[in-house]
Amino acid sequence: MHATLLAAQELTGALGRPSQHDMLAAREMQAMSFAVHIPLVCFGIAFPAMVLFVEGLWLRTGERTYRDLAQRWSKVMLVLFAVGVVTGTILSFELGLLWPNFMATFGSVFGLAFGIEGFAFFTEAIFIAIYAYGWDRLGRRAHLAVGIPIVLAGILGSLMVISVNGWMNHPTGFAVAGNAVTAVHPWTALFNSHLPYELVHMYLAGYMVAGFLVAAAYALAWLRGNRDRYVRAALVVPLTAAALAAPAQIVVGDWAGRMVAQDQPPKLAAMEAVGHTERGAPLHVGGVWFDGSLHGAVPIPKLLSLLAYRNVQARVVGLDAQPPADRPPVNVVHLSFDAMVGIGTALALLGMGYLLFVARSRRMPRSRWFYRAVVAAGPLSLVALLAGWTTTEVGRQPWIAWQVMRTTDAVTQARGLPEAYALLALTYIGLAVAVGWLLRRLSRPAQEAEAAMRRRAEIAR
Amino acid sequence: MSLAEVCAALIVAGLTAYAVLAGADFGAGFWDLVAGGPERGARVRGLVQRSMAPVWEANHVWLIFVLVVSWTAFPRAFGSVMSALYVPLFLAGVGIILRGSAYALRGHAVTLGEARVLGATFALSSVLTPFFLGTAIGAVASGRVSVGAGTGTPLAAWMQPTPLIAGVLAVVLAAHLAAVYMAADAKRLGLDDLRDGFRARSLVTGVVAGAVAIGGLVVVHADAPALSAGLTGGAGLLCVIASATAGGAALTLVWAGRFDGARVCAAVAVAAVTVGWSVAQHPALLPGRLTIAQAAAPHATLVALVASIAVGLAVIGPALVALYRMALRGDLGEAYQPLGSERWRRGDTMPGARP
Repeated sequence: MHATLLAAQELTGALGRPSQHDMLAAREMQAMSFAVHIPLVCFGIAFPAMVLFVEGLWLRTGERTYRDLAQRWSKVMLVLFAVGVVTGTILSFELGLLWPNFMATFGSVFGLAFGIEGFAFFTEAIFIAIYAYGWDRLGRRAHLAVGIPIVLAGILGSLMVISVNGWMNHPTGFAVAGNAVTAVHPWTALFNSHLPYELVHMYLAGYMVAGFLVAAAYALAWLRGNRDRYVRAALVVPLTAAALAAPAQIVVGDWAGRMVAQDQPPKLAAMEAVGHTERGAPLHVGGVWFDGSLHGAVPIPKLLSLLAYRNVQARVVGLDAQPPADRPPVNVVHLSFDAMVGIGTALALLGMGYLLFVARSRRMPRSRWFYRAVVAAGPLSLVALLAGWTTTEVGRQPWIAWQVMRTTDAVTQARGLPEAYALLALTYIGLAVAVGWLLRRLSRPAQEAEAAMRRRAEIAR
Repeated sequence: MSLAEVCAALIVAGLTAYAVLAGADFGAGFWDLVAGGPERGARVRGLVQRSMAPVWEANHVWLIFVLVVSWTAFPRAFGSVMSALYVPLFLAGVGIILRGSAYALRGHAVTLGEARVLGATFALSSVLTPFFLGTAIGAVASGRVSVGAGTGTPLAAWMQPTPLIAGVLAVVLAAHLAAVYMAADAKRLGLDDLRDGFRARSLVTGVVAGAVAIGGLVVVHADAPALSAGLTGGAGLLCVIASATAGGAALTLVWAGRFDGARVCAAVAVAAVTVGWSVAQHPALLPGRLTIAQAAAPHATLVALVASIAVGLAVIGPALVALYRMALRGDLGEAYQPLGSERWRRGDTMPGARP
């Protein structure tokens, strides 16, 4: 099934080779914008389904608590969507502003995916507005039905964006003639072979991050003694979703690893800090790379060959197979990868433990340590998400499009990148402070409002 | 009409939708900015908050639509525009972040102080963003974007007469549209003081917009002769006349208190500006450098893109119409309430989050 790269030839691009002294500032700006946006994407992927699930519980049971919870979550969903809209827009701007030569050269190849994503975005914007503002104004079933396109658009939108990232890892759907892109097949580019695993990997990550983060908020309430039906539902729904996704992510992660081993050996070498090509390569946990080798790591013999190629004696290509200019930075990639795998494994254990406990004893765990673990799982899942994206993005360096275009050739020639970076960083810090400040200030009245809602619900019963 | 021209027309259509719909959201921010202190401006700000709430995100997506069609159908021109105009476009991007998030968060502000900081951020960025986007369009229209990675100084392409007047025109048109739309909203809600206030604002900004547009034509005549020739002859002239006629009709209807008709006429007047610009520079994409045909992506890409957009519009079109109908009927959104010191003094802290 594996197609070799169509273009073995490197391109300098349609706008010509740029001169840019601050390329790192461009990469860091892009990374920063991405790190701000991607957690919101997780909520876009997973949160609508959770809200709809709770609303469905309301329709089935008539239990007012579920309605109150779904309505409250829909307001949160709306605010997160709004911030996601604008932080996603700046990403679109940055594609052109920071990497104009990349867009000018390959926009016709992978742009289609973004075009379709635009419609997914429209769908989300339309139906989230109707859903969040339409409580009490639509019939119950109609209101639930309005939520379904939000979930579908979340899937379609992430599919399209992931398609572009898959394409960057495995550029297909075109040929190279001289310094120009020809014979463009946009659908081939869209359905590239790295789309499936990246999509499923990100989709599960969305459920893990949104699930564990929401669960963490209510686990905190639980630890503070707030254990009524409302908090219980608000904890169980996201936690169960995340607990189901986390073990599945291990399987998908293995799939992703084997695809990288197959198509991007230098990235695998950086992820595992494999200096020299060897047979029966060990898996290295931790360690720091300097002077051309890994120091202080814990090796697990033969495991890398086994995991990557299903054969304990398989040959793993080392970094030395690449000219120095073509090697990704090792420490960032290796440590990010280890962080993702380590946290992911811990989260999978937590999820499986929770599911087994609930299946056996038909009740929630009582240990405070369990709820502390859930509180920790929220931010940790976010760290794993960012570490995973760091692994794949930095691991692809020095290429913006794998072995076709270098990041240095894609970058803008614009002056003042460090200043722009500082301005954008200040904007994001202001945004983070504003969101954090308001959430904190809102938490008290919010809890009071919810308590009042619950009291009313109790009286109604 | 070639596929490349279809794609160019889609970009113009997207920009027009963005100007007519999202433009009014930016204009609402303008009125928020000049509404006065927290006592005096409370009623205006309440209407701004309510009018934008259900639709601004969908309105904003038209900008994304324009970006993705541009880079897919005309990648080299897109890269060149981004290379030449990175200063205004970056500032517009920052403005978009500040505007959207400050607006979304203001609805949840707990104290008057928070609401004022967020409101000021929202309002100021609502004015700066259309200005910078307008200058970018003015720079393209006046032929200041060359093909390539950009060799001019950071300000060379847009700190020029036509781009600057285009930026000012964008702000004024946005304010005018918002005033007309909100006068209609206020009338529907039975808020007579706000209806009369926005009626006056519509009339003043309408006259100012007309003056800026006429002044703009003079500036363009001196600064960008090719564009000027396009606007004063043929289909370009028709658009100018259509814009002036629709604008005059909008003002007459506003005067007569017929706001729903005025809403349509004001939108047509703005649409005629974006369409007129594209007609005036036709068949150029980057005037003097690239035609639409020269800039076009390979045929297979254009086919796939146009087919996807056709399917996409067929799917979301009815939903979009339904959203606007519900929003116009007042079926969505919170009840109107003034947004100022009064609300916080009552200790009514969290309008958005209550059941």
